[in-house]
Amino acid sequence: MKAKIHVYLKPGVLDPQGAAVAGALHNMGYDEVTDARQGKLIELDLAGEDVDQARARVDEMCRKLLSNPVIESYSIELE
Amino acid sequence: MKSAVIVFPGSNCDRDAHDAIEKVTGHAPAMVWHQQSELPEGTEFVMIPGGFSYGDYLRCGAMASRSAIMPAIVAHAATGAPVLGVCNGFQILTESGLLPGALMRNAGLKFVCEKAKLKVENANTRFTSRYEGGAELVVPIAHHDGNYFADETTLDRIEGEGQVVFRYGNNPNGSARDIAGITNEQGNVLGLMPHPERAVDEKHGGTDGLKLFESLLGSA
Amino acid sequence: MTQYAEGITAEIVKEHGITDEEYAVILDRLGRAPNLVELGIFSVMWSEHCSYKSSRAHLGKFPTSGEKVIQGPGENAGVIDIGDGQACIFKMESHNHPSFIEPYQGAATGVGGILRDVFTMGARPVALMNALRFGAPDHPKTTHLVSGVVAGIGGYGNCVGVPTVGGETNFHAGYNGNILVNAMAVGLADADKIFYARGAEPGQPIVYVGSKTGRDGIHGATMASAEFDDASEEKRPTVQVGDPFVEKKLIEACLELMATDAIAAIQDMGAAGLTSSSVEMADKGGIGIHLNMDAVPQREANMTAYEMMLSESQERMLVIMKPGREDVAKAIFEKWELDVAVIGETTDTGRMVLTHKGETVCDIPVAPLADDAPKYERPFFAPEVRAQLNAKDIAQPGHMGEILLKLMSSPDMASKAWIWKQYDRHVMADTTASSEDPSDAAIVRVHGTGKALAITTDCTPRYCYADPYEGGKQAVAEAWRNLTATGADPIAITDCLNFGNPERAEIMGQFVGCVEGMAEACGKLNFPVVSGNVSLYNETNGVAIPPTPAVGGVGLIPDLERRAHFGGLKEGDILLVVGETLGAMGASVYLKTIEEREDGGVPPVDLAVEKANGDFVRGQIRAGRLTSCHDISDGGLACAAADMALASNCGIKLAHEGKSPPMHGFLFGEDQGRYLIAAEKEDAIAILQDAKADEIPVHVVGLAGGTAITVNGAHPLELDRLRAAWEGWLPELMGHLAEAAE
Repeated sequence: MKAKIHVYLKPGVLDPQGAAVAGALHNMGYDEVTDARQGKLIELDLAGEDVDQARARVDEMCRKLLSNPVIESYSIELE
Repeated sequence: MKSAVIVFPGSNCDRDAHDAIEKVTGHAPAMVWHQQSELPEGTEFVMIPGGFSYGDYLRCGAMASRSAIMPAIVAHAATGAPVLGVCNGFQILTESGLLPGALMRNAGLKFVCEKAKLKVENANTRFTSRYEGGAELVVPIAHHDGNYFADETTLDRIEGEGQVVFRYGNNPNGSARDIAGITNEQGNVLGLMPHPERAVDEKHGGTDGLKLFESLLGSA
Repeated sequence: MTQYAEGITAEIVKEHGITDEEYAVILDRLGRAPNLVELGIFSVMWSEHCSYKSSRAHLGKFPTSGEKVIQGPGENAGVIDIGDGQACIFKMESHNHPSFIEPYQGAATGVGGILRDVFTMGARPVALMNALRFGAPDHPKTTHLVSGVVAGIGGYGNCVGVPTVGGETNFHAGYNGNILVNAMAVGLADADKIFYARGAEPGQPIVYVGSKTGRDGIHGATMASAEFDDASEEKRPTVQVGDPFVEKKLIEACLELMATDAIAAIQDMGAAGLTSSSVEMADKGGIGIHLNMDAVPQREANMTAYEMMLSESQERMLVIMKPGREDVAKAIFEKWELDVAVIGETTDTGRMVLTHKGETVCDIPVAPLADDAPKYERPFFAPEVRAQLNAKDIAQPGHMGEILLKLMSSPDMASKAWIWKQYDRHVMADTTASSEDPSDAAIVRVHGTGKALAITTDCTPRYCYADPYEGGKQAVAEAWRNLTATGADPIAITDCLNFGNPERAEIMGQFVGCVEGMAEACGKLNFPVVSGNVSLYNETNGVAIPPTPAVGGVGLIPDLERRAHFGGLKEGDILLVVGETLGAMGASVYLKTIEEREDGGVPPVDLAVEKANGDFVRGQIRAGRLTSCHDISDGGLACAAADMALASNCGIKLAHEGKSPPMHGFLFGEDQGRYLIAAEKEDAIAILQDAKADEIPVHVVGLAGGTAITVNGAHPLELDRLRAAWEGWLPELMGHLAEAAE
């Protein structure tokens, strides 16, 4: 089983990297870009078949290490 | 005072911390490897040095803050004993929850190494008692992720409680309210991005950091 | 004998950069045709990068020994004696091609590689330097390359925790298609605890440690020895990726292992990774080697022996242990969470034997790989000597202050703070002077002592282009001068010789001229070469870079209380110039910036005068007489004075007398062997008396005071305005053009 975890900055937390990306895209003429946020994608290969259990464990991993609740949120996809 | 410096894979200011403590106290601190689960018997002061623990991968300080030694440091701090985190050490302290807020990528997106102007915002802490309140210092900084963030409520609270100990004169990284260093509510845990241990010697970086160690440890 | 083994064609041999003549030698030495693995091994060992086949014939001209030299060229790095049982270990190396293709990773892995050369020998790295040459500021790629290279150097050096204390950065259209990234590392060790590649004996286990082997940079060593063309940018996937975190752990783990006395020989895996490290240890020990490729830690599935032997994955070391001590290594490396594996053993066969999946995939004698590497006496010719150009032959400009402003905010002279602010210059707490400080060389204290290393990198490519011999001399002399200007005793140099395609006689002529000029200066100044690197084929579409023999000089300041810098000028100080000012303008910064021409002969260095003037200045520094001291180089006296005035925040009133040289020659001429010094009045009188006694030319040129630089009371340039222009050029280039490019 594969878990894809998206970690992104919470709304309201300034994202200087995202701002730089948006600025660069504007300079290139992509005026439709109204905002950019930069996050990260973490892929885990998991042993086992139990999807519910996997989700619970990965959620725990996110809370304990993979994200910082002060500034970040996350979402989990299992496939 | 018996001191300990914590060493993680990737710590690189551990020797600087060791030497600064030894210079002020006349006693070498114990160097404690991150996989130990206890601090040496009788440790009073714990310093978490700067560097790039675990390569700054994932988030600066994230993996170090989950290492075997950390529960012992959290317990040590709970007794009211002094804990100092510098640069990556500050990041580890926020990641471990010992200090509020988080340290994000510098607003300029680049690593910044310069001699930063600092103001002593609170001279009534055990880390700053030998400074004059409002004193202006020059202390080197060197970091990529020193942009202090906390929500407005938290910022208001730590300002109100006197937990903001150092502020930048010329904000180099976008930190909220120019914050360079904060303590916990009890005042026994200090984290700061500037490197006081690099400012204890006139042949290197000046001596403006000396009083921080002297406040805490008494001069040798 | 069949010409080719199964699956090998003439085309494949050619792709490996092996000529018909070289292939014939391989056939002869093996007595059969090589298979693909063997061909790959020969190709990397005989590449320009590893074998120095075009340059070796001339490198022997360098003086390489001396009373302070512990180890000269031939090992991973040079070693010098700095007294008290301590040694300084250093080397400079290029990472030009990879940095052009992928600037961040190219520069980062350059730093990683040079650090490994130094800690492989048992030294703790204490300082990094870099010499960077970029294309014209307005070239469309320049800002992208500057940002990437600088971020890469910082990203790696900052993380491993070794301060990046100095260097130099030039911009010139000659580097538009071929930037230069030369990195230097300096380390310290006990003189009796140096580790060498030699020393292995038969029957010893071979331990692999560090990152796993992937398909990174396969054939990087041959890439670095081939000219660029427009398709080169498609070669991106072969560039290696660096992991400074692993490097930091490797440094600590290796130094911990070295303290145990369990190592017979050790070598880092640099260019051509496993091949060159194992061959070098076998060759230097006069032994054979047997590797089990199945045991090599691998990052990717289904790797072939060919790929493993040629991989340039970073952060790997090969250690030959004393028998029975493998467990010592394992325990230390596992503590540091590093991959470690015993992958073979040394033998007495003199052969390199590789087995993979039960088959012998390589079985060749070691000796020909090193000893029979081709050595070419390439034809060369020296460029025509240009006539000297004196200021009296160039129209005198109007307002000297405006000229000075223009020079100080030109690409050559403007502040490079935008670059060095991204480098941690203070970690390890021994940096007494770095790029930010007014010092002609970086100064790094020897930990726990009152003495310090002085370190500089120097080269003036426009001189080397105009006159390779004089340019080579000048590069060495300027390094010597920069060390002297801090009060240091210059000891030895490393070099990084960057040139174009040596198969062209003109380029080979540049190489030979520079080497001979350098050798002459090294000899006369007692400043031997202890390590170095040659980087050839720095050209794109047949256009070569300016010849750039970068010199990394190291000296010792015996007592940090007796050093000099150029930030101590005080109102009322007398300014003096040591050395004669004749107004030489050939190939000068003035000529390039103001007249927009680069012709004229190079101001010659008189090495006897150089030495006498330098020894005099060092004596005055140690006598404690100088408030400031600065070497006079690019941009002449006026630019040296501007540096001093800015650093001291004190104006300077220069005084020019007579007609020879004319005022612009006095201010901007680049006559060699000169220093601008400052002293209080009584000390200045004593200096002049000493100079007279020693027959050293010393002239009063001005007085400190005010808030501007003036000449004969006129031509004022206010320091505030100068500072803004000097500091503003690079940030503006990087901000402004970066936005435009994005």
